[in-house]
Amino acid sequence: MSERRMLCTFRIGRQWFGVDVASVQEVLKAQPLAQVRWAGPALRGLINLRGQIVTAIDLSSALGMPGGTDESAAAPAQVVVRAEGAGSPSLSLCVDEIGDVAEVDGSSFERTPATYVSAKPELIRGVYKLTDRLLLALDLSRVMHAVTSQGVTE
Amino acid sequence: MNPTGDDIVREFLIESYENLDQLDRDFVSLERDPSSKETLARVFRTVHTLKGTCGFLGFERLQALSHAGEGVLSRLRDGNLPLTPELATSLLRMADAVRAILGRIESGGKEGDERYTDIIAELNRVDSRASSKPAPAPAPAQPEADPDEAQAAQGDSVLGGNIRVDVRLLDRLVTLVSELVLARNQIVQHVAAKDETLLPASAQRLNLITSELQEEIMRTRMQPIGSLWKKLPRQVRDVASACGKSVRLEMDGAETELDRTVLEAIRDPLTHLVRNAIDHGIESPEIRTACGKRAEGRLLLRAYHEGGLVHMEISDDGSGLPIERIKRKALEKKLVTPDRAPSLTERDWANMIFTPGFSTAQSVTAISGRGVGMDVVKTHLERIGGTVEIQTRGTVGTTIFLRIPLTLAIVPALIITDDGERFAIPQAGLRELLRIDAPSVGTAIEWTGAAPVLRLRGRLLPLVFLRELLIGRRPFDAESLSSRPGALHIAVLDAEGRRFGLVVDEVNDAEEIVVKPLSGPLGNVGLLAGGTILGDGRVGLILDVAAIAGAAGLTAASVSADHAMTPGDRSDSDSGAEAMLVAEARPGWRVAFPLERISRLEHFELDRIEHSARRDVVQYEGGVIPVQRLAHLLDPHALEEPWRSRVPAVMLERGERRFALAVASLVDIVHERTDPQPVSGRPGIAAAAVIQGRVVDLVDLDAVITLATRDADGATEDPPAPDAGWEGAA
Repeated sequence: MSERRMLCTFRIGRQWFGVDVASVQEVLKAQPLAQVRWAGPALRGLINLRGQIVTAIDLSSALGMPGGTDESAAAPAQVVVRAEGAGSPSLSLCVDEIGDVAEVDGSSFERTPATYVSAKPELIRGVYKLTDRLLLALDLSRVMHAVTSQGVTE
Repeated sequence: MNPTGDDIVREFLIESYENLDQLDRDFVSLERDPSSKETLARVFRTVHTLKGTCGFLGFERLQALSHAGEGVLSRLRDGNLPLTPELATSLLRMADAVRAILGRIESGGKEGDERYTDIIAELNRVDSRASSKPAPAPAPAQPEADPDEAQAAQGDSVLGGNIRVDVRLLDRLVTLVSELVLARNQIVQHVAAKDETLLPASAQRLNLITSELQEEIMRTRMQPIGSLWKKLPRQVRDVASACGKSVRLEMDGAETELDRTVLEAIRDPLTHLVRNAIDHGIESPEIRTACGKRAEGRLLLRAYHEGGLVHMEISDDGSGLPIERIKRKALEKKLVTPDRAPSLTERDWANMIFTPGFSTAQSVTAISGRGVGMDVVKTHLERIGGTVEIQTRGTVGTTIFLRIPLTLAIVPALIITDDGERFAIPQAGLRELLRIDAPSVGTAIEWTGAAPVLRLRGRLLPLVFLRELLIGRRPFDAESLSSRPGALHIAVLDAEGRRFGLVVDEVNDAEEIVVKPLSGPLGNVGLLAGGTILGDGRVGLILDVAAIAGAAGLTAASVSADHAMTPGDRSDSDSGAEAMLVAEARPGWRVAFPLERISRLEHFELDRIEHSARRDVVQYEGGVIPVQRLAHLLDPHALEEPWRSRVPAVMLERGERRFALAVASLVDIVHERTDPQPVSGRPGIAAAAVIQGRVVDLVDLDAVITLATRDADGATEDPPAPDAGWEGAA
């Protein structure tokens, strides 16, 4: 458990999250979104990534977290991620702020506390304790699966 | 896992499939010309290579099979054995068996348990007897080696994701990309050096390279149609021999290029059409000889570019379409109402075979005639924006014309806005655009229960709200609809004969859009055909017209309802002006009707007009209604002009009564703003106006109906004698 990992960090609301840098394709500034709210609450819209259409998801809604960000406001930044396995589609996470790349090791890792309130706790692998903040580690492939299988609500 | 081994097997599969296709063609051409040493040598080499590779990879059954084939082939090559049709069939069966094994290797990595001992035994028997005498007729093709299935499986597996690109084209692409990199480097340098004088030149260069690159890349997707046709000789041979017919296949224009995706899309329709032509079109050799035709039927495929489309013709010199039988069938199945039947041309009848569930085959054969098929062909083609039409030339044969778009990647589309988001509707499904101004929305849209409808040229058009489909909530109901601000926009769409109006907030523009697949969460939203990047760089979604019709619960309309006569049918979003039907009461005398009040337009054949109590009547939708000449009603003292063979009529209703007002001709439907000048002293005419540069009398419909009622009831003077006016009436 002492292996060191590099995590790309970002903030949504007051919460900081981290994903493995290897799964991050790129980080973008605010993008014009074609809205597709009707397709599901977690889908914020579609962005044009150099000709490729990428779905932007509302992470707090996908995680089933209470509160969530302001739906109508364009997210200040996008983190385009790709799950493991070639050919899997990219997803873009709407985030409020991009942080540094954090180097963490297993010793700072802890399972998600039982009091963590969420409809989908399985999407968070656990918590990294940094000196100044806590980092929720996302399980990207589960997030993607959850969003993809959600489909249209009607 | 052993990636290297997998790669080798994969290579082997791709190569073998291609070789097998070549083998099929070679066998068929060998049958035609058994003496071709060159072809024989090629066949031998192919099978030999196959055998060798199988041995290397350890596929023993495949090796045994190809070994048996190779033995026979070497005899053939050396001239010790003549190639009889029976022997060709055996060899083709071997090719099928090889294909089946390859399929199993591809899906499971194993050869499977089937040993094909019968085929091997048969080939060995022929081999051992060598030149003694021809092989006995083998059993008919085995079901386990259905070439179609093998080919279908192959179509969407190993070969599906690969494409062969000319190395020269690839070199050109690499060159262009290096040019592109150079151009980028220059621009980066200029920008870094803040040297703006050089920027325009570099931008220009970048522009040129990009367009050229775009063009060349598109070319890599283009494939000659021959790559699709190359499977046909074998299929033609199999189908023809199964039907006991002899067919010569000719191909012209195999080099015509098409986008790969389009090629894939027309694969099935083409196979179907070819089978149909052989099974239904071309007669058996006996009948052909009796008719004075060559015993061997001829099937011609032609392809060429024209007008930005690829045209493909499939002609046979068979018996043509049985028009009489189609007529009977169409009437029997109520695809055509009896009153419409006489007005249909032979072409209309011929194209009736594209109606779902229509089959004229007297007996169902294994090959075709199950009543599914031609409509599927049509649906497939329409899905990719193509069309299909059939032309029959009596007993000389039938030609089917396909018009296929060059590419599916770029389609013309209409951009609309709903709920602040933009969507693209492919032009192929779009019929016309309507705009209803805010004040008239409440009256124009009527409700049948909870379903909103619009009267469009006398027919009800069901309305579908895009937003309702997407979010399950209708933006307006009967009450709030009329109070909403702004005009209502309706795109009239046609999905395989189902016509409906899609209500959207705004109609923007027509654009050529590049279709991009939607992946991830939106991939399973059935209403979308894909996504696209619009001119401003934002993403727009492409609507799937057929899926929308399905989601809205629209069922296929009958053909008769759909062909309702609407002359001058045109899209016109110019609103504010009332839609008018312009007709000629007499040649040269134009009158206009308010379109809303017309229930239907008809053409009556002369022999349908009957006489009853000195009146002209027609049987119409189960009743008898009078046919009255408009010119006579408006100007009772004028002389009657003789009619032409078909009488156009405007159908009107008041209460229970219906009237058919015969006119000389129907001119057009116009949406012009008119500036009517009142006229007086002319019963039935409300005003006169200039429409399309001509003086037109505006009909006062209520007055005309009153005149017609009086005329029909004989309340006024004697009705006009039904005389020579009806030329050729029965």
